[in-house]
Amino acid sequence: MEFKNAKYVKDYMDEEKKTEPYISISCTVDGRILSIPTVVGNRYYDEAMKQVKAGTLTIKDAD
Amino acid sequence: MSKAAELAALIANVNNGSSLAAKNFIINGNMNVAQRGTSTTGLGADGATYNTADRFCHSLGNTAGRFTSAIIADGPSGFANCLKLSCTTADTSVAATEYFHLQHRMEGQNLQSIAKGTADAKPITASFYVKGNASATYVAELYDADNTRQISKTFSVTTSWSRVELTFPADTTGALDDDNALSLQLAIHLHDGSNFTSGTTNSSAWASATTANRGNSSATSFFDSTSRTFFLTGVQLEIGEKATEFEHEPYEATFRKCQRYYLKRQAGSAYSYWGSGHNASATAARLHQNFPVEMNHIPVLETTAADTFYAYSIDTVALSDVPTINNPSVWGSAVTFPTGSGTLTAGRGANAIARDSTSAYLAFESEL
Repeated sequence: MEFKNAKYVKDYMDEEKKTEPYISISCTVDGRILSIPTVVGNRYYDEAMKQVKAGTLTIKDAD
Repeated sequence: MSKAAELAALIANVNNGSSLAAKNFIINGNMNVAQRGTSTTGLGADGATYNTADRFCHSLGNTAGRFTSAIIADGPSGFANCLKLSCTTADTSVAATEYFHLQHRMEGQNLQSIAKGTADAKPITASFYVKGNASATYVAELYDADNTRQISKTFSVTTSWSRVELTFPADTTGALDDDNALSLQLAIHLHDGSNFTSGTTNSSAWASATTANRGNSSATSFFDSTSRTFFLTGVQLEIGEKATEFEHEPYEATFRKCQRYYLKRQAGSAYSYWGSGHNASATAARLHQNFPVEMNHIPVLETTAADTFYAYSIDTVALSDVPTINNPSVWGSAVTFPTGSGTLTAGRGANAIARDSTSAYLAFESEL
């Protein structure tokens, strides 16, 4: 998978969610616009984390 | 096949543990459902992608070959549609690591009746209709992802529709997991480098997977010429040693099965509504989307660009960024539509609508 323009998204609208700052990753994957939940076991999230660990993908912080 | 022979095959398979209904482990084998679209060009980059026929995955690696995948109105008698693959860029300098496999991935909890990995394991038979621009030989493989075991068989393609029937023996080794994860895949090898073909094709009995034995050195490469085509429909995988008639089912039954893995809600008009919700803040509207069937696992959200949507609360508000998934489950998810401009009133009712765009869509994907 080729991730581009990867950026974390916060659920900043919900006060109670402040303990979970990143709820998804916005990016394009192979040309598709995706919003990937930060859920271990999701094949996109797992692959993103693998590429981050390998140093081949950088995910920008949330705005 | 005569009616008498068909009945005999059916009875033989039932005696082997098959069902008279819902016997086909393949979903959308007649290529009737194509939620993502009916044609995609320029395919061939590394990766596993679903582009046209639901549930059929193009899995490629390391090739310069490129192709178009399309659903077209063609097929043998009784079939309205087929999957057509057309080579658009040839790759005749085949590196060892190259491959192009057309895969159908199945979850283990749907396959327990095969009793794989037990003393009661059942033989299974794959059948499908194929044709091409010229004679060709390809490989069909069953791959057990839980136990890294496999078996492959070659089949022939001519310029006319013909039915391929391949029976795979029972495997008493390696039970398939009773869960929602990938357990078994039917793969058609359309292009293999020597990593897949340098051994001896493992065709008579299931064995621990050895990459060199998965393909066949005499098989055709789909990327050998830009005139190469491959047509496929009527894919069935059933218990038993006989291929029985393809199990046609109502469109909506197949469609629902496909929605477990991919659910697309495309604008039906220029200003379609995607449902109602509320403004989660002054800068974001949020809707909840219920899924018509429980998805395979928590999905990702796929959308069109931000400028194909409006948040709508009293008035339309353009989005500042693409919609995002929020607290998804297998049965539904919230979707946030960020506006950035601070013009919404938190707590007030809101909708999301298409922004003068019939191409806008929200889709949820949980493919294996």
